[in-house]
Amino acid sequence: MNALMELRGVFKIYGRGESEVRALDGVDMRIEAGEFVAVMGPSGSGKSTCMNVLGCLDRPTQGAYLFRGVDVNGLSLDQLALLRRHYLGFVFQGFNLLARTTALENVELPLIYRGMKGKERRAQAYRALADVGLQGREHHTPAELSGGQQQRVAIARAIVTEPSLLVADEPTGNLDSARTVEIMELLVQLNRGRGITIVLVTHEPDVAAFASRRVTFRDGRVERDERVEA
Amino acid sequence: MVLTTVLMALREIRRNTLRSVLTMLGIVIGVAAVIALVTLGRGASEKVTNEVSSMGVNMLTIMPGAQRRGPSNVTAAPLTLEDVKALTRDVNVLAAVAPTSSRGVLSVSANRSWNTSVMGTTNEYFTVRNTQIELGRIFADVEVSGGQPVCVIGATVRRELFGADSPLGASIRLGKVTCLVIGLTRAKGQSTFGMDMDDYILMPLSAFQRRIAGNRDVGAIAVSVVDESQTNRAKQQIASLLRERRRVADGQVDDFTVHDTREIVQTLQTVTGVLTALLGAVAAVSLIVGGIGIMNIMLVSVTERTREIGIRLAIGARTHEVMLQFLVEAIVLCVLGGILGTILGLGGSYFAGQAIGVPFTFLPEVVVLAVIFSGVVGVLFGFLPARKAARLNPIEALRHE
Repeated sequence: MNALMELRGVFKIYGRGESEVRALDGVDMRIEAGEFVAVMGPSGSGKSTCMNVLGCLDRPTQGAYLFRGVDVNGLSLDQLALLRRHYLGFVFQGFNLLARTTALENVELPLIYRGMKGKERRAQAYRALADVGLQGREHHTPAELSGGQQQRVAIARAIVTEPSLLVADEPTGNLDSARTVEIMELLVQLNRGRGITIVLVTHEPDVAAFASRRVTFRDGRVERDERVEA
Repeated sequence: MVLTTVLMALREIRRNTLRSVLTMLGIVIGVAAVIALVTLGRGASEKVTNEVSSMGVNMLTIMPGAQRRGPSNVTAAPLTLEDVKALTRDVNVLAAVAPTSSRGVLSVSANRSWNTSVMGTTNEYFTVRNTQIELGRIFADVEVSGGQPVCVIGATVRRELFGADSPLGASIRLGKVTCLVIGLTRAKGQSTFGMDMDDYILMPLSAFQRRIAGNRDVGAIAVSVVDESQTNRAKQQIASLLRERRRVADGQVDDFTVHDTREIVQTLQTVTGVLTALLGAVAAVSLIVGGIGIMNIMLVSVTERTREIGIRLAIGARTHEVMLQFLVEAIVLCVLGGILGTILGLGGSYFAGQAIGVPFTFLPEVVVLAVIFSGVVGVLFGFLPARKAARLNPIEALRHE
């Protein structure tokens, strides 16, 4: 069976000559559909670059990244955008919701780009918000929501399109420990209940502990790759 | 996709109402200025045309003396009643020929006086100058031939000498002459140059010559042409007839002048046209400045919304979709501004026109043009910011603080 994602000898190199920086220095990795992978490592280890590549936001300088069996290097920027639109969802540390825009409208946004009609779009956005436990908050703007609630809106926005892969970049970085546990439990539930593959970037072992697989980066290389049996 | 983009743009504009309104202001003012100036200019030009044509339909005025700059040629012989008769007889394209002679005079009624001018003429004058009688009558033939001291007065003279009272049957004194008021002409109002066109007293030419001027001269001859298309022909015929009668040798310039009201209309229309074009050009510059204002704000807005653009790109917006969104925002702002400016400009020119006495003329083509032009301004000045937004790298945009 083909892996959902496969990195084959991936390099990401910034700059040239003396100032050359190898953010990814020959990474090989396979991620199967349905996995919950925590990508760990100190800052500068290449974990964020790896996430950008896995999330089809960036293309490797060298090597191949196969997403659903397609080499991303052969795709144009617009084709990458379409990949993201149809198969990916993103959750960021800073929530990245549109300001002065209601939770509902934020969640509708990816559906607008999919060209979904108004009524259906709203119904689906309501469902996604209900899935993350935000019934009754649909018409609140980010400023009227707590950090944990904002991150739930962001998760609803990421899953409303029913993506194959959810990429989460330090999703609990701005939250206290109680909210962190809530968010992580929500992610676990989405992974187990809906079978959404999750790649989670974090530097906190407590957060990584929720994942079923932990990949640790150091100096642009995979240092450790361990599976945790649930 | 385009429709949803427009909706997104509208939502974005509503989200920042104050900034959107301020951004639009430049376009609003620019369009309003263009619309108001062009509308007022057209109104003024129309007013001038109406006034000049109310001075007389297809009217030509013949005066002694060559056409030249500066003081007229005082040595030229005056026109005579014989000339009038010859013109009436020999130039067949003339509808009416009226001799005129006038002089400034102090007119005195029972208890008031007024400085005005008295003109000796014939009944033909009413035809030539397109003047209607409001009260009373025009001159009787016997009064004209007998040189009776009767007069028809203009509305201003009536107001100054009689107030609201009827002037008919009253006697007024013009210098040493006492004369009976038999008629009142309908008011024509002020001319473009601020000249009062109702400030005159008319009396039979023979009476004027004998009792006031003391000579048999005709100061000028006013004629009207049967049809506007015959004007040039009339001018030629008049000129050849008068050259012959006044014995102007071949090769010499005319010792008389034929003024054409159409020429005045044309001159005035050229003047108002040039003024309108000039003011319109200034207003158009302000429209371009408004466009640059929009570009400026949109560029700032792109920087400010870098993260938002990053989110959209991460979610799967394609380059041209981000570009389209910002372009549509700029166009919507400009067109909204254009519509607001049109309303403001039309309203402004309506009230300004009323204040300065210029009729309001609605020019649909100018309105359509203004709105289209503001849309074009939106495309031109929205392009740069939109491209800047579309070219952002999603990773860097998301990291932007």
